[in-house]
Amino acid sequence: MPATGFHAIRGGGATARFAAGEAELLRGLVSQVAELLGEDLAAPPPAAVGGDPAASLEELIRLSENSSLPTDPVLARLLPDAYPDDHDAAGEFRRYTEQSLRSGKVAAARTVLDTLPAGGGRIRLTGEQAQVWLRALNDIRLALGVRLEITEDRDDMLERASRGGQDAAGLWVYDWLSLLQETLVEAVW
Amino acid sequence: MSTAPVEVDQPISDEDTTPAKPWVAIVWNDPVNLMSYVTYVFQQVFGYSRRKSEKLMLDVHHKGRAVVAAGAREEMERDVEILHGYGLWATVCQD
Repeated sequence: MPATGFHAIRGGGATARFAAGEAELLRGLVSQVAELLGEDLAAPPPAAVGGDPAASLEELIRLSENSSLPTDPVLARLLPDAYPDDHDAAGEFRRYTEQSLRSGKVAAARTVLDTLPAGGGRIRLTGEQAQVWLRALNDIRLALGVRLEITEDRDDMLERASRGGQDAAGLWVYDWLSLLQETLVEAVW
Repeated sequence: MSTAPVEVDQPISDEDTTPAKPWVAIVWNDPVNLMSYVTYVFQQVFGYSRRKSEKLMLDVHHKGRAVVAAGAREEMERDVEILHGYGLWATVCQD
């Protein structure tokens, strides 16, 4: 898939062009990450339903029932332990922060869906939206990195990609996302 | 193990015979995070110069981990929470 990635917009923000297939792929990936974090992005955001601001606030500050590292390795990477050698401290930190960490990542995924049309085309992101896209792209790459067992051994990765098959497809997508994120960082720096 | 040089105020009272040990925030290397992104995050989160951020990023990359901040425990927890939001692998420990 040819892709030149993001370019800076004079005055702030970034712009890129997406083919329909690329947009569909990226929209699918952010949705998967959000779903993994426990949110169905096809449903409207909580604030829009019922319009009860107190409910949204409660959602925001709710303590997580989770006190342990998630068993799913992708979730464990997205929601890591802050005290890997202190189970109690890690649990307390997680209880107080996991919910807002999840919400933030889901909100980032939602922003990508809101700013990237299903049919692709040229998109323009404000500086703020670009920041959010950076985090959303990073989350997808972290997820893929776990599933594909990505390592820093570039030669090994290239060899796996050259063998073809589903593994190769995943690695090509990962490389494309890396290009997107790299060009976006450069555009907003 | 490497630590980045940081200046920390050490509160010392008459009763103390040992200065209070600061807490630190550590960022760990991982194979996914882009060097450019990590550098950018350090600039955004801590307000470090690009040069200092790059040095810290290279410490993480080459040495496996680097101390990116030091101070009170609550401050380090807040920093780590923010870094997790950016997808960096960060932990808190006592120096």
